[in-house]
Amino acid sequence: MQNYILKNKNSITLISGILIAIAFISKWAVADIDIFIWALIAASILGAAPIAIQAYEALRVKVVSIDVLVTIAVIGAFLIQNYEESAVVTFLFLFGAYLEQHTLNKTRSAIKELTEMAPESALKQMEDGEFVEVEIDEVDVGDILLIKTGAKVPVDGKVLTGEGSVNEASITGESIPVRKEKGSKVFAGTILDNGTLQIVAERVGEDTTFGRIIELVEEAQDSKSEVERFIDRFSKNYTPAVLVLAFIVWLFSRDVELSITVLVLGCPGALVIGVPVSNVAGIGNGARNGILLKGSEVINDFSRLDTMVFDKTGTLTVGKPSVTEKKYYSENIDEALSYLASVERESDHPLAKAVLEQIGETKIFPVENTEVVKGEGIVANVGGHRVAVGNAALMARENVKIDENAKADIERFEKHGNSLVLTSVDGELKILMGVRDRIRPGVKEDLQKLKKLGVKNLIMLSGDNQGTVDAVSRELGLTEAYGNMLPEDKAAYIKKLIEEGKTVAFVGDGVNDSPSLALANIGIAMGGGTDVAIETSDVVLMNSDFGRLPHALGLAKATARNMKQNIAIALGVVLVLLAGLLFGDWVNMSIGMLVHEASILAVILNGMRLLGYRLR
Amino acid sequence: MKSATIQLETLTCPSCMLKIESALKGLSGVDQDTVKIMFNSSKVKLDFDEDKISIDQIEDSIKRLGYEVVKSRVK
Repeated sequence: MQNYILKNKNSITLISGILIAIAFISKWAVADIDIFIWALIAASILGAAPIAIQAYEALRVKVVSIDVLVTIAVIGAFLIQNYEESAVVTFLFLFGAYLEQHTLNKTRSAIKELTEMAPESALKQMEDGEFVEVEIDEVDVGDILLIKTGAKVPVDGKVLTGEGSVNEASITGESIPVRKEKGSKVFAGTILDNGTLQIVAERVGEDTTFGRIIELVEEAQDSKSEVERFIDRFSKNYTPAVLVLAFIVWLFSRDVELSITVLVLGCPGALVIGVPVSNVAGIGNGARNGILLKGSEVINDFSRLDTMVFDKTGTLTVGKPSVTEKKYYSENIDEALSYLASVERESDHPLAKAVLEQIGETKIFPVENTEVVKGEGIVANVGGHRVAVGNAALMARENVKIDENAKADIERFEKHGNSLVLTSVDGELKILMGVRDRIRPGVKEDLQKLKKLGVKNLIMLSGDNQGTVDAVSRELGLTEAYGNMLPEDKAAYIKKLIEEGKTVAFVGDGVNDSPSLALANIGIAMGGGTDVAIETSDVVLMNSDFGRLPHALGLAKATARNMKQNIAIALGVVLVLLAGLLFGDWVNMSIGMLVHEASILAVILNGMRLLGYRLR
Repeated sequence: MKSATIQLETLTCPSCMLKIESALKGLSGVDQDTVKIMFNSSKVKLDFDEDKISIDQIEDSIKRLGYEVVKSRVK
């Protein structure tokens, strides 16, 4: 019986609404007071039933819920035979709850879309070699799975056979097909656009990258800030206090009407729901745009940010050095380039990679007597010539003569922030190359946007030499930049900034920056789905996309603002109603309930605006 | 000790959380400190002692309050 009533709450709301309509039509149109009263009585009893059941269940577990307040108020109105009030109040309460549910679902929709992308089944290879569709829970690490075109990748794993392209939007927020072949990693929740793959499961369920993201987002949308915890404690004691207040009012005034009005006005709805609604909509917007914001505390700190500290390599720069400038000092350069390539082919130094990429296909000579000079370069015998590849110090050691022209080139290259690769053949300088890590496209504009959003200090820390750091800093227009920093130096610097009273965000790739990420008020990881980055940081930019940073900051500010607006709406409504009750005569139970429900819808609708937030 | 994640129908009023929380904390066999009600994702997480109480009994106590249990996972 109880469950039947609760399940049919929506039909009850509809019927009680119709009854109220009949009542007022018969009063005004036919002036039939009997029908008016009986219809209202029916509507009151019908509407009060589900509320009373909820109130009873709440009391059984010793909670004074809103249902308790409303039930007492309705019973009071019924006893003093004010059927109009009792019917209208129950209807408004039920109808309000119905609207709340639907609008709340809207604010939660962004995150729901994400969780619904979780795979549910997989084609698993059984002992007889056949593939059979099984529930996702039945897949274990080491199982061999088949993925067909259009299907979801069920787990994190490695491709055994086959090839195809995968849309990894669910992990990276970027809807670009990624080619997969034997040995490639695939991620749960991504979609195979074409081709067929057989994979071996490496991580399943909640351990997959996607599973972790969902877990984090779900925790984030329900995480509470200090303010929210205060509101929760407040409302826990608030409802019983309203009950006591109403009783005291009745004791002194003996006015039932007045005391039940106090009960209805005291419902704390909008205040309790306002902040979670902003939170879920803001985090949902982020999730849709490849930004993981871990909870409302993070949003609050993030919105107050005044200092941003960046790691250089891999964050502001691409993280992959390439040759940006070169100069030849000889007529027949092809031979020298071939010698250079032959030597560099044997090295695993990052600069060597960049040099080889620059030279491309060329003739390769056998290399003999290779000698690595630490911190300077390589000397070797190539095709009967003595070839030295390295920096200026190596050239000096080899007694290579560097004329005024070359000296000027070297100076200029260095000033641009390049590392130098000089090549000499038989003691003669042939080639000068400048290798540099390129700045990520768009970073300069993004930093301008951050400045506009109110970030005062943009600071770069790097392990590179100060010359390189200064060059990058000048190009990007940073406020400060420091080189020669070890990971522990970076962490110490951030600690110092925080002690100076700044609110600091650290942006890094999360690989060797974990101490800084953890120390900063806000750790922002440029995580291409790496575990460390996702775990230790407060904000994750999926797909390592620096361009999302301005949106992330703007969104955090908008969300924090939205929370404050909602608290203001909720408190404002209570104050206006109380003032109306004390100093005016326009407040009665029905109006109280109407305003109360309207304020709840107002905060939900206000929160919903965040779903469509875009940085202007 | 086992830990359970219970997916409920959509929760709409924060006082529902309070009700469910108090009800679950009152069950013997449920570890009080682990009871966590997640409003926006409408989930309950808790640890319980499977010798003292079963997941069905826990689900029942939620249903008795008038909330549907969509599905639950124990591990």
